[in-house]
Amino acid sequence: MNDMTMTAEAKAMEHATRSNEPKKPVYLDYQATTPMDPRVLDAMMPYFIEKFGNPHSRNHPHGWEAEEAVEKARKQVAELIGADEREIVFTSGATESNNLAIAGVARFYKDRKNHIVTVVTEHKCVLDTCRHLEQEGFEVTYLPVKPDGLVDLEALKQAITPKTALVSVMAVNNEIGVIQPLAEIGRICREKGAFFHTDAAQAFGKIPLDVNAMNIDLMSISGHKIYGPKGIGALFVRRKPRVRMIALIHGGGQERGFRSGTLPTPLCVGLGEAAAIAKREMAQETERLTKLRDRFYDSIRKRLPEVYLNGDLAHRIPGNLNISFAYVEGEGLMMGIKDLSVSSGSACTSASLEPSYVLRALGVEEDLAHTSLRIGFGRFTTESEVDYAADRIVEAVQKLRAMSPLWEMAQEGIDIKSIKWAAH
Amino acid sequence: MTTPIYLDYNATAPLKPAVVEAMAVALAETGNASSVHRFGRLARRAIESARGQVAALVGASPHQVVFTAGGTEANNLALAQRSLARVLASAVEHESVSRAADNALVVPVDGQGLVDLGALERLLARESAPAFVAVMLANNETGVIQPVAEVAHIAHAHGALVHCDAVQAAGKIAIDMAALGVDTLALSAHKLGGPQGVGALVVADRAALQPMLLGGGQERGRRAGTENTAGIVGFGVAAELAIRDIEAISGLAGLRDQMEARLRRAVPEATVFGAAAPRLPNTSCIAMPGVAAETQVMALDLAGIAVSAGSACSSGKVKASHVLAAMGAGDLAGNAIRVSAGWRSAPADFDRLVEGWTSLWARLGAHRAGSAAPAA
Repeated sequence: MNDMTMTAEAKAMEHATRSNEPKKPVYLDYQATTPMDPRVLDAMMPYFIEKFGNPHSRNHPHGWEAEEAVEKARKQVAELIGADEREIVFTSGATESNNLAIAGVARFYKDRKNHIVTVVTEHKCVLDTCRHLEQEGFEVTYLPVKPDGLVDLEALKQAITPKTALVSVMAVNNEIGVIQPLAEIGRICREKGAFFHTDAAQAFGKIPLDVNAMNIDLMSISGHKIYGPKGIGALFVRRKPRVRMIALIHGGGQERGFRSGTLPTPLCVGLGEAAAIAKREMAQETERLTKLRDRFYDSIRKRLPEVYLNGDLAHRIPGNLNISFAYVEGEGLMMGIKDLSVSSGSACTSASLEPSYVLRALGVEEDLAHTSLRIGFGRFTTESEVDYAADRIVEAVQKLRAMSPLWEMAQEGIDIKSIKWAAH
Repeated sequence: MTTPIYLDYNATAPLKPAVVEAMAVALAETGNASSVHRFGRLARRAIESARGQVAALVGASPHQVVFTAGGTEANNLALAQRSLARVLASAVEHESVSRAADNALVVPVDGQGLVDLGALERLLARESAPAFVAVMLANNETGVIQPVAEVAHIAHAHGALVHCDAVQAAGKIAIDMAALGVDTLALSAHKLGGPQGVGALVVADRAALQPMLLGGGQERGRRAGTENTAGIVGFGVAAELAIRDIEAISGLAGLRDQMEARLRRAVPEATVFGAAAPRLPNTSCIAMPGVAAETQVMALDLAGIAVSAGSACSSGKVKASHVLAAMGAGDLAGNAIRVSAGWRSAPADFDRLVEGWTSLWARLGAHRAGSAAPAA
């Protein structure tokens, strides 16, 4: 097609795709939340409008229509992890799923078993639930991680005792994106007779998961991390061998008594559709994101010395980088890249600006932890956004380092750590 | 085929168009309200605006509103505060209250479904241990409105905390939490034209709140989990519209009363539960003697009219209503259907219900006259 035959619209579109000026601010915080996929929104909308029934109404078509939609969604969720749809319990999100799985199993088996094993880099809602259970009299072992962020399987084996009811290890870390060796952990748990729960909020729909091959007994799932809606999640609960739990929320007895409350039909539909899309597109999306991620990371490393990747690169989802930029101050860096929406630390705690406990658990020193950025890529991230983001970060880091006496000293070969600072 | 008629608003209400519009916009926005960047801040702003709208619905302050995933969670969160207190709950509470506190002492109701204040007083006086009282504002099956302000007065005189499940009342009658004098109040969005999957617990300043869901510190540490931004926005708009539309909803009482009068004229044996008590303007619980509720509901469904037998949450099991049993309905409890109207209901909807129900009575009556009565 030559210029003469192109419409104005087509020209504009071509310009937009060639242009190196993406829409700002550029969203690179896909581990905090993801934009809704328009296809998901389309699937949901009828259930906000004409198909508004309560899925638990058994007396009329409004209810049946909603129930049918919920059950289809349940199947879509189950299919993505090789589960049976009867093993899927809808919840209001992964936080509730994690609370329910850990507290529910612990409390049910408490007469026989009183021990839980988890990991120091788990999401706050897992750690907070475990701490709460300690107050109820349970014993909890918090396993450390290796400097690459992965669990030491030998340490795990030793931690599990005959009193261990549950092992909870997340599938993918929300800050550093590392993928834990789920199949190995599942095998160990099965051999030792402990249930294996995994918080898969950051993994579901992003990496292949098979609850049977991996011996996973409980899995927490989130809607809004996979281009679905907020306010919906799920918990996979194995039927054979059966996992039993005490419910957190009691009432009408929905979700086979595991979780009472009217199911939000449109949100269930959204999670189901998001899961179905993820299943179809996971392979090609992984490939595309890996290319984008490498392009970004190479571009940064080529131009900036003294940048450190936090967490293993090989065992990592392609949509995450967590990088420390030595000799820059974290807050200053964030201010310098205002039109990039990235996160320093996890979104749940980033308002507090404490150094990330995940990075500290890897052994990252406090000053480096303070200079870290979590950069999340996803389905709608484009090459031009990635290039733009890399340019802005490189500029900001160079500018901050140019003003930094520490950077200057480091360039002169002074070992900063050897300096004895005068007492304040 | 005639247009289907929906008269099951107490199960769930259709969303109001302005709610859908606001949610469609919010759903298309990206952003985790806990993120400090621009996307996160916009989500936070939308949530805080909705918090104000929901607070206004019950005359509370925005900071008193804790968003939850719905009315059931809100009731459970309230009941989770009971710690070691003995719980007193009315006999007609929703299961999300009664099942969240097993071992609760039951405060009986009278034949009209109103809580027995004398019994409440006696139960409170029986022990000096701290108590936790749960009495709903309006019942989901009968629409009967409880004297909650009096309940709170009595309970507070005994040093008890009071929780009020206002899930069915909100949007149907005006609510002033301070006038009710309760410590916590549960709300649900989807009963008042908002979305499913969002509710709130409103907490008076004097009441402390321990979280039930633990984690990221959202809702000022009172309820963890990434906020359902679009749902909360929808709830906010629905709350605002509910205040605006309260006159129109109270107008349903006239249509409801006419309907009941016509039904009783056609079927003099019919019983309307709670008819002598203050009731929500939209709800009618009526029994056709000798005809199983399921039969009535199915026949009405064939006529294109959606009503319900009891509440929607009992997971398919047809059980006699504990609410009607507590009111002393006996066998009639199995013959009662619930008709509940709402913001989109028209006078003609009530006509269709009257037509369907009376013709069913005529058919079954004729059948009975001709042969041995089916158990139905």
